[in-house]
Amino acid sequence: MAVMNVNPTRMELTNLKKKLVTARRGHKLLKDKRDELMRRFLELVRENKALRQKVEAGIKAANVHMAVARSVMSDEALEVALMMPAQRMSVDVTEKNIMSVMVPVFKTRVKAANDGEIYSYGYAFTSCDLDDAVQALSDIMPDMLRLAEVEKTCQLLASEIEKTRRRVNALEHVMIPQYEDTIKYITMKLDENERSATTRLMKVKDMMLKQTHHYQ
Amino acid sequence: MYKIAAIGDRDSVSGFASIGLEVHPVLDAKTAQQQLRRMSEEKYAVVFLTEQLASMLGEELDRYRDAAVPAVILIPGVVGNTGEGMRSISRSVEQAVGSDILK
Repeated sequence: MAVMNVNPTRMELTNLKKKLVTARRGHKLLKDKRDELMRRFLELVRENKALRQKVEAGIKAANVHMAVARSVMSDEALEVALMMPAQRMSVDVTEKNIMSVMVPVFKTRVKAANDGEIYSYGYAFTSCDLDDAVQALSDIMPDMLRLAEVEKTCQLLASEIEKTRRRVNALEHVMIPQYEDTIKYITMKLDENERSATTRLMKVKDMMLKQTHHYQ
Repeated sequence: MYKIAAIGDRDSVSGFASIGLEVHPVLDAKTAQQQLRRMSEEKYAVVFLTEQLASMLGEELDRYRDAAVPAVILIPGVVGNTGEGMRSISRSVEQAVGSDILK
């Protein structure tokens, strides 16, 4: 029994009862928050896994093409071919609120010299495997950014869930029992005081009767 | 306007240059760490990092888990998939649920 260090008074009792009500309500709210966060999290983490598998497979395929290109072209030629990209990619970041967790939302912005042109080189001095590699990477890029978004969201949600879970547990297993025990302790103490006051009064009454009327 | 970067060995990341990412060929953990710290202060939204470098960086990466940007995303490099990226998802699940329930 974990009784807090308080004076067993009526005022303290009223305060504690109020605190207990607040703690119970907070506990319920946080529990709901945790459950909803968990639901969202599990949905996202499944998507995260699927996306990651897809992206890893895509990068692997691109790397295979790249390795072939590297073997048939000289390093310098390859560097030169990739030196001046045909497009610049950047993202706009906005924030989305999931259960008061701010998660980023990425919106891709592509600045290309020519529309749809992803090859930064003429075709004369490069291997066609390089084209395949660039094409593969360009195809997988939207998924990679989506993966970045989802994975970050998952990480943020995970740490929020951890925090909320701790709060819920602290309320459920520490705060609320402590309040309940203390309230019980104060109630018992007050009842005890009341009983002792009654017996004292009865005793005093007996003594007074004995003194005035000489009752036995 | 946030930038996207890729950090890793030259063979793994040079392809990303062609589609418009900022590419930083890096070989050792120390340089990678410096680059990451610089990027976390500047406007970078996504940093793709090869798993090989990530395994060398270790706990350094945990610094970026709780910040909204940059999102540090692990990608397999040319030497193959080490599974580090999948493990980072499992870590999230473990942190949230208490154990990895999606094995």
